Amino acid sequence: MRLVLKRQDDLLKKVEEISGENVFACYQCGKCSAGCPMSTEMDLLPNQVIRLLQLGANEQLLDCRTIWLCASCFTCTARCPKGVSLTRLMEGVRLVLLRTTKEDQVSPKEMEKEFLPQVALISALRKFTT
Amino acid sequence: MRIGVFICHCGKNIAGVVDVKELVERASKLKDVVYATDYVYLCSEPGQKEIQEKIEELELTHVVIAACSPKMHATTFARAVKGVGLNPYLLEIANIREHCSWVHHDKPEIATEKAFRLIKAAVAKVRLAEPLEPIKVPLTRKVLVIGGGIAGIRTALDIANGGFEVYLVERTPSLGGHMAQLSETFPTLDCSACILTPLMVEAAHHKNIHVITYAEVKNIKGIIGNFKVTIEKKPRYVIPEKCTGCGDCMDVCPVIVPNEFDQGLGARKAIYVPFPQAVPLVYTLDLENCLNTQKLVVCEQCYKACGPRAINYLMEPQEIEIEVGAVVIATGFDLLPIENLKEYGGGKYPDVVTGLEFERLLSASGPTGGVVRRPSDGKIPKRVVFIQCAGSRDPEHGCPYCSKICCMYTAKQALLYKHVVPDGEAYVFFIDVRAAGKRYEEFVQRVMGEERIVYLRGKVSKVFQREDKLVVWGADTISGMAVEIEADMVVLAPAVVPSKGTADLAKLLKVSVDEFGFLSEVHPKLRPVESVSPGVYLAGAAQAPKDISETAAQASAAASKVLSLLSQKEATLEPIVAHVDKELCIGCGLCWKACPFKAITMVREEKREGKKRRRYAKVEEAVCQGCGVCMAICEKKAINVAGFTYDQLSAQVKALLEDE
Repeated sequence: MRLVLKRQDDLLKKVEEISGENVFACYQCGKCSAGCPMSTEMDLLPNQVIRLLQLGANEQLLDCRTIWLCASCFTCTARCPKGVSLTRLMEGVRLVLLRTTKEDQVSPKEMEKEFLPQVALISALRKFTT
Repeated sequence: MRIGVFICHCGKNIAGVVDVKELVERASKLKDVVYATDYVYLCSEPGQKEIQEKIEELELTHVVIAACSPKMHATTFARAVKGVGLNPYLLEIANIREHCSWVHHDKPEIATEKAFRLIKAAVAKVRLAEPLEPIKVPLTRKVLVIGGGIAGIRTALDIANGGFEVYLVERTPSLGGHMAQLSETFPTLDCSACILTPLMVEAAHHKNIHVITYAEVKNIKGIIGNFKVTIEKKPRYVIPEKCTGCGDCMDVCPVIVPNEFDQGLGARKAIYVPFPQAVPLVYTLDLENCLNTQKLVVCEQCYKACGPRAINYLMEPQEIEIEVGAVVIATGFDLLPIENLKEYGGGKYPDVVTGLEFERLLSASGPTGGVVRRPSDGKIPKRVVFIQCAGSRDPEHGCPYCSKICCMYTAKQALLYKHVVPDGEAYVFFIDVRAAGKRYEEFVQRVMGEERIVYLRGKVSKVFQREDKLVVWGADTISGMAVEIEADMVVLAPAVVPSKGTADLAKLLKVSVDEFGFLSEVHPKLRPVESVSPGVYLAGAAQAPKDISETAAQASAAASKVLSLLSQKEATLEPIVAHVDKELCIGCGLCWKACPFKAITMVREEKREGKKRRRYAKVEEAVCQGCGVCMAICEKKAINVAGFTYDQLSAQVKALLEDE
């Protein structure tokens, strides 16, 4: 499908507001994706998440699993040559989605099935639920 | 005869492939060779010293150096042997790097054999070498600079400030070139006219510079030190000495035509100055568009309006003859005609424009007064797509090279567009952003980050019309998506090509050009501003695409080369020129016809008692370039190029071919 480009910056603006980051500071070098420990599990590479934000390809972005697989480990942020915090941007996208769709990404019942340390449990609930 | 052979390792460049020890052993057994050795870097200071010491110690009479191409270090080694009193023409270089080790790196044994044969051939040739002395010719201390853009102006000013007279010839009615057309310059965003016009005025008022505008170089004869140049001044139909530049003529002129200076986006009268800051500020009547012809005057409004009576409809072209010692070519560039870019709708849709046209739309003194309006309907475009590499890096369009300036000017134009249309959207299609220059990368990052211009990595495939929009189909290879943009305007960055007329000028000056028509330098690193024709120098985009900073630097470099030539008492020429053996010459004139430099004349012998006066060929040594065409065509072997005689060349070939 051909993506029609025109300014649709509502999502972009919200994400930037929440994260405090400038999406256009990213020059798409791909270093974030190169070092991401979760990248092999992701459907979109981390740099592509920023790319879709830059292009205003909101539908594709909100559909992806990558933002939920992001472990917020800050490797990308630590290594970004332009000082862009992709970790914050990912969080921004997640928050927008959680707030608008009201869909929780994990349920406490599912989480009970496997052993998780208390701290992981709570942070997962914070991160993935509305 | 005592020949010394020196074999260079060139680090591992040669020694990594060729067995140099074997070469030394075999070379030392060649006839007349009294000494052979190898050295890791002969071009180094101790390497040269080694050669010098051995020449003195062993009283060597001839030297063969087996090393890299003579293009690289012939002068280095010539200087070294000359330093100890050996005539440099008794030195022969065997190229065992470019011609051997580099190309046969996978076959060391055969490479060693070939290297030996090359050395053997060089020894055979040098055995027949004669000492030669450089030719000295008188020097005219004046310079012709062709092209009145930033390159020509900078060169002319530097030479003139050095105290020498300069003729600065410009084809159009004003100095300035493309730089005068630009709005702002990257990366500092200096107003282009603001930094250029003072230089134009300085050149025009300089006591050592003769500015000749609206003129073309018709013919150039002669050689370094003494060029005879014919310049044709096109008729302006306005007497420059009388014109005050008031513009009264223009006000009354009834004819309106597109202004070339505005890339046809604005209008001018038939009597005009291309732009308000033009230098010289003299009006030009464009008789092709004027209602009058030279024979018939039907409208004389400008004549009547002109207070100082400066208009003369009967003006004729005027030829000027000048003599100069050196020539600088600074003829600049053109853009690839966008009609060649059909897939982008070039020439078909008025709102598909070139970068240069967009400059005029951005310029405060441009046809729209700096308000960006699209050509079709004058609306302010709210969505603009910039397409870089429009024809560049594209062998199929005949321009496989990078045009070098487009990445930067596109970034600048996108930024300026956002400044004048803050609610506008700008998209840039690129395949790489090449911002290699001082503060260039920072500038591009600023355009992306602060101006939030969307950069899309990919070439556009197609531009087509949908109602009053231009639909751009491209791809973003970073996200892997095909994209579509409904744009109001498309700005192409067409490939930079040599300016019209460069090819003819190159022919006239016997300067070689590359496959794209850009003027060739002797060596990109060792002699980057000299053409292959002695006394002819290169500056600016006529040599290769380059931006203003680089052009200015190269222009100053060319000027310094000219200054070092002019600061000598006489010009020195290579003695590798043809000599005629009068006894063998039958005066057939074949060489005279074949000589591409017109260096040969046919003359008659002085009167001889009782005998017919014989006709024979005579070579003008200062004109001869030693190309050897005469030698190849002569049936009697009567003409020989010094240093490359028949005997030398056949000995060389025989030595190459014969088995031991």
